[in-house]
Amino acid sequence: MRFAVIAAVCSVALAACAPVTSSGPAAQTGDEKTGQLRVWLFDEVNRAPKEEVVKEAVAEFQAAHSGVTVDVQYIQVATRAERFKAAFSDPKSAPDVAEFGNTDLAGYVAAGGFADISKEVSDWADAKDFVPAVLDTAKVEGKVYGLPWYVGVRALYYRTDVFTELGVQPPKTLDEIAPLARRIRAAKPDLLGISAGGKYTFGMLPFVWANGGDLAAVAGAKYAAKIDSAESRKGVAAYTELLADDICPPSQCAANGGDASVEAFRAGKAAMVIGGDFNRKSVDASAAAGKYAVVPLPGTTAGSIAPAFAGGNLLGVMKGTERRTLANQFLQLLGGKQYQRKMFQAMGNLPTFADVQADVAKNDAFEQPFIKTLEAGTRFVPITSTWAKIDAQAVIPTMLQQIAAEGVDVETATKTAAESMNAVFTS
Amino acid sequence: MARGHRLPRGDGRAALAYLTPALLVLGGLMAYPIYQLVLISLFDYGQEQVSGGAPLVFLGLGNYTELLADKQFWTVLWQTVGFAATCVVGTLVVGAALAVLATRVRTWARTLLFLAALGAWATPAVAGSTIWLFLFDANFGLVNEVLGSTGFSWTFDRWTAFGLVAAQVVWCSFPFVMVTLYAGIKAIPQEVVEAAALDGASTVRTARSVLLPLLRPLILVVTIQSVIWDFKVFTQIYVMTSGGGIAGRNLVLNVYAYQQAFAASEYGLGATIGVVMTALLLLITIGYLRALRKSGEEL
Repeated sequence: MRFAVIAAVCSVALAACAPVTSSGPAAQTGDEKTGQLRVWLFDEVNRAPKEEVVKEAVAEFQAAHSGVTVDVQYIQVATRAERFKAAFSDPKSAPDVAEFGNTDLAGYVAAGGFADISKEVSDWADAKDFVPAVLDTAKVEGKVYGLPWYVGVRALYYRTDVFTELGVQPPKTLDEIAPLARRIRAAKPDLLGISAGGKYTFGMLPFVWANGGDLAAVAGAKYAAKIDSAESRKGVAAYTELLADDICPPSQCAANGGDASVEAFRAGKAAMVIGGDFNRKSVDASAAAGKYAVVPLPGTTAGSIAPAFAGGNLLGVMKGTERRTLANQFLQLLGGKQYQRKMFQAMGNLPTFADVQADVAKNDAFEQPFIKTLEAGTRFVPITSTWAKIDAQAVIPTMLQQIAAEGVDVETATKTAAESMNAVFTS
Repeated sequence: MARGHRLPRGDGRAALAYLTPALLVLGGLMAYPIYQLVLISLFDYGQEQVSGGAPLVFLGLGNYTELLADKQFWTVLWQTVGFAATCVVGTLVVGAALAVLATRVRTWARTLLFLAALGAWATPAVAGSTIWLFLFDANFGLVNEVLGSTGFSWTFDRWTAFGLVAAQVVWCSFPFVMVTLYAGIKAIPQEVVEAAALDGASTVRTARSVLLPLLRPLILVVTIQSVIWDFKVFTQIYVMTSGGGIAGRNLVLNVYAYQQAFAASEYGLGATIGVVMTALLLLITIGYLRALRKSGEEL
């Protein structure tokens, strides 16, 4: 009897309640023209030069808008997910303007975090100079949710001293990389032929794209995995070929992501690595300093360039902001041409405006392979909130590691990965 | 436990009054979170739902059927059971052996032993795991240097990786067992041991028939504690195998839940894994208690 009562009470309680949900960031309640504008930017390993530029922008902005103060907070990249989740759930603790990674965009938009600023961007004269492929990384279903602040692309770093000593040339096609790397390691057994990584998704993607494959493609209203297509498999096979004892032994390389891959090159233990323009400063402060050069990662035919992943950060306006106009004005100042140029000088961040890029490349030989890579066309991960889940569940790294370290064949591993991806896409 | 004779009514009421504060605290700290956990596990509850961007969908047991149909879940579950069992046995053996040792050595040696154990105990799990990683680093680690096996990766192979993590878990959890059992041994009245000696009992016989039964409640506590701790290991696996090893071959349940559910903002599924883990731990604990009771121990 007593049990029945308890059960009844419980089921009533269960039926009556639902888990806590927030009412969500209310679409702007007002548009105040004074007060404090709160800004979140990412902390960096070497933040001082970035902070300098931002301070300058803040001073300029405050001088132009009386009664307005700008409060800038630097948040950790590693804990950004928690910070943004908290900000979306509690608009009171949220900033008005925030910097965020373009791969996080779709998830943040689905969570209702950022405002659609398509109109403000199309009304802005400078916006026509954005590199179109880069502006695309700020769009979800055709609407713009952020200003591209800088781009990050990867190219092939190689050791000039090693190449000269062995009398070899940088690879002309993707297919030349493996034999070349094998040859270098055979001649110099303590060097990795190329530092690849089992968790280095952005290093692997150019191989897939250059071979005509892709992670996924839009099929109807949703994405469907394409990683198990014949073209994609070719790319995956070409990349995982590098994770072998005679190039980059799995016991050393299978657990590496992008940073760890570059780290081996920095330590002077690798003859080549796929690295980003953003790795320049750290490589210049390493054992490889002064002994390296960069070329675009070649495509499948000589003279072509493998499509690179268009990484980078955006500046967005939070949906719950009470100072939408001010937020957009600040966005266009800090994200504008003048301050992008300053950020490039301070941090080496590649600008997102075509004309500023060209300008920068003219004066800096190092940037040229990266700009050439950008001009050859870049690609992106599927723009859907489900991609964040696939990323968090480590579907692609698991696939690469299965092939490189578990002896699973490319066909089976890509098929498993495609199934996992489709399960998320259709959920 | 006073069983077999009823308390007078007034006493029952007084007992209830005394227990109320504790019950309130327990209710607030345990019953409500578990209620929320179960509730969330019945919904499709992601970040979109939390921040109000999408409507809540009641799934009933949908999350449970999805989880139980997942082949990887079962692999990870068995892996976790095996890993936890190894750690529990390791912890108890090392802890008990050192506790006995501590009762037999001089004061200075005991002090040294306790200081070392407390050092291991006080080290935060993340720091401890990182230090172990440094020691076992393939190229620069002290261990490889001493063994002359430079270049050997301890965290690459599934079993050496599990072994290394298990050793770290034992290292940071044996002090609790050691200190508890040492206190227990010390609390046994000397007369009892002397009486056994006068009756002509051998050391082994004394240990088995006199000391062990007296220590039984303590061993019970440390075993259950260890089972719960080691079943829930997260930090060591997450840090030392960088999130579950190559192709996820070193995943344990907690890391799996984090990766599949919380990092991916699938809180509903995460809560489901939490409920399943809680149920499993309760089952293990109840089963253990029953087994003990059958063997004649009154608790």
